[in-house]
Amino acid sequence: MGTIPEPPVGALPEPFAGWFERRGWAPRPHQLAMLDAARAGVHALLIAPTGGGKTLAGFLPSLAALAAAPRPGLHTLYVSPLKALATDIARNLVTPVAEMGLTVTIETRTGDTPANRRRRQREAPPNLLLTTPESLALLLSLPDAPALFAGLDCVVIDEIHALAGSKRGDQLALGLARLATLAPAARRAGLSATAPHVAALAEYVGLGDPVRRIEVADGAPPELGIMLPDGHLPWSGHMGLFSAPDIMARIRDAGMTIVFVNTRAQAELIFQALWKLNDATLPIALHHGSLDIAQRRRVEAAMAAGKLRAVVATSSLDLGIDWGGVDQVIQVGAPKGVSRLLQRVGRANHRMDEASRAVLVPANRFEVLECEAAILGVAARELDGDRPRPGGLDVLAQHLLLMAASAPFEPDAMFAEVCRAAPYAALTRRDFDDVLRFVEDGGYALAAYERYRKLFRDAEGRVHIRGARVAMQARLNIGTIVEAPLLKVRLGRFNLGEIEEYFVTMLRPGDTFMFAGRLLRFLRVRETAVEVAEGGTGEPMVPAYAGGRLPLTTNLATRVRALLHDPRRWHLFPEPVQEWLRLQRARSELPGPDDLLVEIFPRNGRWFLVAYCFEGRNAHQTLGMLLTRRMERVGLGPLGFVASDYVIAVWSVEPPPDVASLFAEDMLGDDLEVWMAESSMLRRTFRNVAVIAGLIDRQHPGAEKTRRQVTVSSDLIYDVLRKHQPDHILLRATRADAAGGLTDLARLAGMLARVRGRIRTVRLDRVSPLAVPVMLDIGKESVRTAADEEALLAETEALVAEAIGTDAAGAMASGANVAAGGSDGDAPRRQPGPEPVPPVGADAEASLGRASRRAAKPAAAKPRVPAVHRANAAKLKRRPPAA
Amino acid sequence: MTAAPIHIAGERLLLDPSGVLVWPEQHLLAVADLHLEKGSAAAVRGRLVPPWDTRVTLERLALALRHWRPRIVVALGDSFHDGDGHARLAAADAARLAALTAQARFVWVLGNHDPLPAPGIGGEAAAEFRLGALRFRHIAEPRTAGEISGHFHPRATVPTRAATVARPCFVADARRVILPAFGAYTGGLDVRHPEIIRLFPRGGRVFLLGRERLYSFALAQAMPRAVGAAAD
Repeated sequence: MGTIPEPPVGALPEPFAGWFERRGWAPRPHQLAMLDAARAGVHALLIAPTGGGKTLAGFLPSLAALAAAPRPGLHTLYVSPLKALATDIARNLVTPVAEMGLTVTIETRTGDTPANRRRRQREAPPNLLLTTPESLALLLSLPDAPALFAGLDCVVIDEIHALAGSKRGDQLALGLARLATLAPAARRAGLSATAPHVAALAEYVGLGDPVRRIEVADGAPPELGIMLPDGHLPWSGHMGLFSAPDIMARIRDAGMTIVFVNTRAQAELIFQALWKLNDATLPIALHHGSLDIAQRRRVEAAMAAGKLRAVVATSSLDLGIDWGGVDQVIQVGAPKGVSRLLQRVGRANHRMDEASRAVLVPANRFEVLECEAAILGVAARELDGDRPRPGGLDVLAQHLLLMAASAPFEPDAMFAEVCRAAPYAALTRRDFDDVLRFVEDGGYALAAYERYRKLFRDAEGRVHIRGARVAMQARLNIGTIVEAPLLKVRLGRFNLGEIEEYFVTMLRPGDTFMFAGRLLRFLRVRETAVEVAEGGTGEPMVPAYAGGRLPLTTNLATRVRALLHDPRRWHLFPEPVQEWLRLQRARSELPGPDDLLVEIFPRNGRWFLVAYCFEGRNAHQTLGMLLTRRMERVGLGPLGFVASDYVIAVWSVEPPPDVASLFAEDMLGDDLEVWMAESSMLRRTFRNVAVIAGLIDRQHPGAEKTRRQVTVSSDLIYDVLRKHQPDHILLRATRADAAGGLTDLARLAGMLARVRGRIRTVRLDRVSPLAVPVMLDIGKESVRTAADEEALLAETEALVAEAIGTDAAGAMASGANVAAGGSDGDAPRRQPGPEPVPPVGADAEASLGRASRRAAKPAAAKPRVPAVHRANAAKLKRRPPAA
Repeated sequence: MTAAPIHIAGERLLLDPSGVLVWPEQHLLAVADLHLEKGSAAAVRGRLVPPWDTRVTLERLALALRHWRPRIVVALGDSFHDGDGHARLAAADAARLAALTAQARFVWVLGNHDPLPAPGIGGEAAAEFRLGALRFRHIAEPRTAGEISGHFHPRATVPTRAATVARPCFVADARRVILPAFGAYTGGLDVRHPEIIRLFPRGGRVFLLGRERLYSFALAQAMPRAVGAAAD
């Protein structure tokens, strides 16, 4: 660090000053401030809005140091969450370095780097190495990591706001702590977009050391407007297809537009809707995370070259590379959070001093409220986002094995090192020891694996890895992203992208679906690819993806509630919305800012309970599960529920008599435990934890068939572990993960505590105006009831029996002479009533005591396949180009 | 638990929701694919999965034996996950197994995972077991009637109103039954996989295992899963 010369503070050293001048540029104050921090040898965190020249600010001190004193070896390590970003920045650095005649070597290292270059990088490392958290973890696991990083001067961490709080962020934090041990003198520079919880980000960079914060004031405030569909304001729906003509008109009138949507399914639908209206065949493309990477790169390149007029995109374009030249952003559907809206709006006009322009297009009435609230939130600069959660224990398990692969370590020293990483600052020694024991021998109460342990301890208590094979296996398992099983979509020789296996299981040959902006017909599955043809008839489906929708943030929800409750501010809303709220006030009541309004009314022979919680879909889904369990127990006969971001509606056979007791906080006790343990959500969480922790193999496409023969399914492991060692460290890690994310337990708990004693129950004789949107969602949204798999199977079995005719069921359905049960003399005695198909009958001599059969419940809603949006039946006439 | 009667080659058999098959007339119980010590087999390869699978499997088997009190128990092959499995048995599990084999005549049909008889576990080993009109073997053979087998770990996926439900199952027609795998760590092969379908050229029925009973559907009603996992 001592190599930086000392020009007057606040000035650029040569040759940088001259280079800036030749281009007519002036260094930005924060770029100079970063130079100052480097000269002072302190860690720095730069917070600047997009377009602020952040990345250059991060590299400038390193370039200056190397210009003043060229040297071989690794000087600066740059880590970014996106491979593409690392590649792009390397390209952008090469030009100025060449123009200034600096002898600075720059290389990237990611999962795509060929083996020969990796080897060379280890032997002769470049001055600047640009990489990702995963590739850094791999480098740190090598025995020569200490030699490679010993001379390191600087670590630059880009897009910290996107990493902190995620498991990738946990992995990187552990890597930073390791680097701080290997190269104690290296300084760290964090780069972040404007974000809440700046103090947490500073801790992330500092590892316990002081950090100089350099914050750049935001540029001109963005100009935000709301665009409503012509004529009609929909009651429900999330796609915003009504507004397609208006969106198209705006695209026509602007140079380059990004149309941001909330889900990949919505992206496909909006894209198709726009193309149906695209009489002038303007170049409009599609960009989302499931499309083939090569196709995404083509779209990005076309954007950068100014060849496109519009891109319909999901959060796949939220981060990263500066595309430039974007004139407007259109957000279709509610923004769900202020920070996210700002990030997206910042995509338009990447110059800080000019205002970005964006239009919000609400898809329904509640979204109008949300959009107005978001605009107020942006004006108030009220960023939202949760404080980064504590680090994952599964990530720690992966890290400890990798550290042992690099060199033996002492547990005490390793614990101290790990605790420097901000996400693990509060890690207990008990958790650390349990994780270490898990890595060693599984950490089971039954000590069965002494012979197969992965780590052993020497006489001094140092931890060693057992052998080269264990180390190799550990390196193959690096990474914290566990994908749902995906299948490639193949059209002839072309790879269009990937869809979830779950969606494919619902397709039958001949079914049509929309993907990559095309109408496709399902042919077959071969190996790990879905083979499709173009065209087809029938209503196409649109693949939906797990976790595709972000829930409404707490801040935004609070603003929506406040707006709703205060008629003096209703003038913000368009007339149909004002009318709607006035009607609600007349017929029922308005939800208050900190109470809970619950409406109960009969409809079609059922009783509906609608609660206006505003806690987001995930918390509402959890609440729905718990409410129906509780209603079941008190004999109300719950039939189903549907959750939106704003409300939860539950319907039942009997009217709920005592609402306050239904919402009592103790529902988060035993009911929650039981439901969580059984829920598929927890099983999915466990699978991810088990993969990251190295307990089970990752599923690599292609290797599947042979692999599954030897792999034990995570579901079976989960069941056995839960029964025999419920406090095992991986189960603890799973529960900790599940408490955030999909269950949003903290939010639910907060709400139940807040509204205690403040529940207003309104009994009505019919549906209220405010309840209409959620009522319309019934049957469109996937309805999850408390009904377990067994009840569903029984119901389906009974339905089939009814449809086919009881006696002949077996023979007719299979077309074969099936002797199963059937009508021979030995047939089971049939019971009266709508009993399931007899082939499986009650056999008196065989039963241990007959279990009462569960009568099939009436279907709670239209039978419907979940998570598939039936699209408009309209035929797609114009073919969009393969962007 | 409610067992379901079926008729194969004129013999009346019971399918038990626990996954075993019972032949009341002969006091015989058949069980398929125990895959004992699959957990430790994974541990050998560096995946330290929870070690209780053998215990869980044997306890479940003990429960079925206590209920049906068979005179003959036929294990339909792949009783151990690999050839060394018997040597990795924990002492407590070996004792559990010995207690079971002392209760009845135990016939270990050999499978592809355990082609050689495991020494010291009691009972007798056989490539195939015949009794009356029925043959008990590991892998079904297309042109046989009166056959009871395992190997495939059949599993069926059924679409319901709210979700698709996948469960291990029996597959049967008038000629044969294929049993679900009984082992705690055994996965499944979808019943629509060609390897299974070709054994039932004129259709058949699946019996999905439930907590208290079986759920029966025509084989044609089960959905094809996208990627069939191979059987063990």
